[in-house]
Amino acid sequence: MSELLPPVIVGAGPAGIRAAERLVAAGLRPVVVDEAARWGGQIYRQPPEGDFTRPKKALYGFEAGKADAVHRAMAAIRDRVDYRPRTLVWNCEDGALDLLCDGTSETLPFSHLILATGATDRVLPFPGWTLPGVFTLGGSQVALKFQGCAVGRRVAFLGTGPLLYLVAYQYLKAGVEVAGVFDTTSFAAQARATPGMLRDPATLAKGLLFVGWLRAHGVPIHNGVRPVRAEGTERVDALVWRDAQGRERRTGCDAVAFGLGLRSETQLADLAGCRFRFDEADRAWLPERDEAGRSSVPGVYLAGDGSGIAGADAAELAGERAALALLEDRGLPVDAARVRDLDSRLARIAAFRRVLNTAFPFPADWADAIADDTMICRCEGVTAGAVREVARSGQAREMNRAKALTRAGMGRCQGRMCSATAAELLSRTLGTGPDGVGRLRAQPPIKPLPIATIIPSPPRSRANEVCADATGGPEVRRKRGEGQGEGDALRGSGQPVVAFQPPTSAPPRIPLTQPSPRGGEGTDTGREVT
Amino acid sequence: MALLQRVAEQGRRVVRFTLDGRPVEALEGDTVMTAMLTNGERLRRTEFADAPRAGFCMMGACQDCWVRTEEGERLRACGTFIADGMRLLSNGEWTS
Repeated sequence: MSELLPPVIVGAGPAGIRAAERLVAAGLRPVVVDEAARWGGQIYRQPPEGDFTRPKKALYGFEAGKADAVHRAMAAIRDRVDYRPRTLVWNCEDGALDLLCDGTSETLPFSHLILATGATDRVLPFPGWTLPGVFTLGGSQVALKFQGCAVGRRVAFLGTGPLLYLVAYQYLKAGVEVAGVFDTTSFAAQARATPGMLRDPATLAKGLLFVGWLRAHGVPIHNGVRPVRAEGTERVDALVWRDAQGRERRTGCDAVAFGLGLRSETQLADLAGCRFRFDEADRAWLPERDEAGRSSVPGVYLAGDGSGIAGADAAELAGERAALALLEDRGLPVDAARVRDLDSRLARIAAFRRVLNTAFPFPADWADAIADDTMICRCEGVTAGAVREVARSGQAREMNRAKALTRAGMGRCQGRMCSATAAELLSRTLGTGPDGVGRLRAQPPIKPLPIATIIPSPPRSRANEVCADATGGPEVRRKRGEGQGEGDALRGSGQPVVAFQPPTSAPPRIPLTQPSPRGGEGTDTGREVT
Repeated sequence: MALLQRVAEQGRRVVRFTLDGRPVEALEGDTVMTAMLTNGERLRRTEFADAPRAGFCMMGACQDCWVRTEEGERLRACGTFIADGMRLLSNGEWTS
């Protein structure tokens, strides 16, 4: 490697912060890029700046000590990192990230990158799931801890996973009426998992406390539930559900918080060229990482829930572990005892994670019950029937073809909300396993950019390169990579660069289109960039 | 009626904005989403069906909380903070 650049960390949650801390301790000055305004990630998300007064104990409960430690760790290194809050990483290609902050895009070359991109709720649809008042479990928790708001006056909690009981408990503690906990997991499955839960008595105790507290306050807890529909016209007014005996029942509520565990945010790893594998436990394609967090791409490291769901404690350890791998790869000394300690603690968490997966299994039969007219794509209203049809007719045998034909995964969320569903529908219609239909390829920009995004002119030297090949494409990108002294410039996706041209029918309010360093001008891929 | 219910942190400075032309109040530190949904029950109607939407993930992943301003600007409501004088719309049919 001819030139070492400051390490770049994407994400300022528990993994990103612990990675930064370790790099700073080794004398490096990492760049920490985070989409949020304040560090902490989702799990330890801090309230906005200003007159928010609740103490951490009220915000994070039993995890207040950990949240505080993570927050303090970042505060302690604040002046020794190049911290970029409110900054979206919208592309990763050819040894550089594209950042967007305050409407301006910037290209940040890297030689070493730690992706700590986190996770969001995994969801499957049911009729009425787009009604106002239906939110994810994670979102319902964000409303409470970040905004001091409940998603309703009387909230039904639906789904599976540790968040189900945690958020219901937090709502109850905040004085909100909990209409019920509707757990998709059967009693029998939970009972089978209990002996394994004893491996981590603290977690088991917390779970039992949540359940006990809910029951003591008269909250009904139902197991083996499947949703029938959320009812309402302008907003939710009831959850209709099927109990374990198959009876249809109705619970009045003005909000539904639901989720089926978590789903890793893997788009940047994909764009970085990382090799993926199907993970049975997460029922998802994940970027490969070794025990230390090295991806298949030299110089790219993965830590935390963004490359496999393991929770916040594991994220802290994995962030530090990835940083140690990075240091080792840069030829810097690492503490071998610390490495062994982290590895053994991560292994213990991984073992317990397998237990949790049996306690909160993904309801694999849910997808079969999704009616053909149920909307699976919130962005563009694609139905379950449309996905099944392209599978049945033989037109699509994998996710990207199904996306091309149905547009499921092509909307603004880039498949974050529908891809789990599309994969289930496709694989079950085709009779393959969940790993039999591939995965959606990530596309830049990974989140919508305002059409008025300002792309600065490339530096003079690079502008000349662009001029030398104004049509863009791999030539320009290769030169750009070489210009950064990056040894492995050609590992990008090879996909067409994104054009920042407004649709011809809608001229931009602010003229903007400078050619991007990648020669974006003149390449009309027809993709929506707003 | 409001969709979101305030249960804490209500001692913040009042921020004044308009929602569909109506003068309303929120609190400093509210997201546009919180500001709109404590004063109403949707963020917009979708372009694919005449159906109301009010966001979903609240962490910038689902992209289902885009709203329009009277000036024609588009904001992601869960990731934008409310400011005095904003003129937000929840009524209009989505037009692009």
